[in-house]
Amino acid sequence: MLYGSILDLIGDTPLLDVSALSPNPRVRILAKLEGQNPGGSVKDRPAKAMVEEAEKDGRLQPGQTILESSSGNTGIALAMIAKVKGYPIKVVLPENVSVERRQLLEVWGAEIITTPGSEGSNGAMRRAQALAAEHPDWFFPYQYGNPDNPKAHYEGTGPEIWRDCPEVTHFVAGLGTAGTLMGVGRFLKERNPEVQVWAVEPPAGEMVDGLKSLEEGYIPEVFLDNDGFALLDAKLIVRPRESIEWTRRLTDVGVFAGISSGAAMAAAAKCAERIDEGVIVVILADGGWKYLSTGAWTDDLDVVEERAKRVIYF
Amino acid sequence: MSVTVRLPTVMRAHAGGQSEVRAEGGTIGEVVEDLIRQFPNMATHLRAPDGGLHRFVNVYVNDEDIRYLDSLDTKVDDGDEISILPAVAGG
Repeated sequence: MLYGSILDLIGDTPLLDVSALSPNPRVRILAKLEGQNPGGSVKDRPAKAMVEEAEKDGRLQPGQTILESSSGNTGIALAMIAKVKGYPIKVVLPENVSVERRQLLEVWGAEIITTPGSEGSNGAMRRAQALAAEHPDWFFPYQYGNPDNPKAHYEGTGPEIWRDCPEVTHFVAGLGTAGTLMGVGRFLKERNPEVQVWAVEPPAGEMVDGLKSLEEGYIPEVFLDNDGFALLDAKLIVRPRESIEWTRRLTDVGVFAGISSGAAMAAAAKCAERIDEGVIVVILADGGWKYLSTGAWTDDLDVVEERAKRVIYF
Repeated sequence: MSVTVRLPTVMRAHAGGQSEVRAEGGTIGEVVEDLIRQFPNMATHLRAPDGGLHRFVNVYVNDEDIRYLDSLDTKVDDGDEISILPAVAGG
């Protein structure tokens, strides 16, 4: 295939049968390899949609500065797109992300604005909101509240899954902005209301000790606007140790994926244990490249677990 | 039923700095009541003004979010592990 722009390579990712890892022989597990996107993660999809929709209706003008908060992947995706399209970009990033996330933002020439790790993604988001209010001339996509984020999955990821696997019974994905779960979940349930949608979360709340009160908690508008409480059928926490164990297990089928993908696989395996038969589609959000510095594959499991507790990997 | 409750950092000060406490109850609602009985300052963290669960609090029984089970009526068994965590964004 010949492509005219790197942005044309976003989406249409492969669906890989990883049933060899299923704990139930009557349940197939199919993994959607989002690390195959050119920017390295599933976030290429919403980033491209948010930028191009804004270009279409004039919210984003040539040369205008883009500002976004991100725990990494959305920032990296936006920065790649901004570089290709010629926009300056500033990314507000919590300081406790893996070093590779920061390095990739530098590759794409983004200006990084750091917020305290103890405030997590919530702190980065609040800082970005304050900066956006001070600089109304900047374009602030605001992934947590931008309808083009779930729309990218409703129009892309969801139809791709349905095309490749109409027999899907369960959909499992990580919950960050809720864009993937809301967009794909809504699409699949419209095709087949029996499809179950399961969300996966890291216990990130344990490390955001900078939250002064629970009033600083946050539920993304993308989740509320899509009636997330009704759309999801289950939500599981997967702890760092199990996430890393499953990240390692994925290499048995040749998949080198990030730590949140390990968490998603752990949840898919739990789902497989609970049901009698079915077909689970699980989103593996990114590749393993950005987590090599955590030693996730090679270091002692206890050591890696402690390290992972201090790093945002969703 | 006696269960273990893991507390988020922001609530530990109300439990003498403990990260884990014991509580009694047959449902999550009863466990929450027992927590508030033991540690009255937790009330504002756990409960919304309408008596439901605070919207920025997620409660998990054995790592499963109770909002997708039976909410405060979710049954608990002896030895279950309850986790309370603030709602956090990602991406």
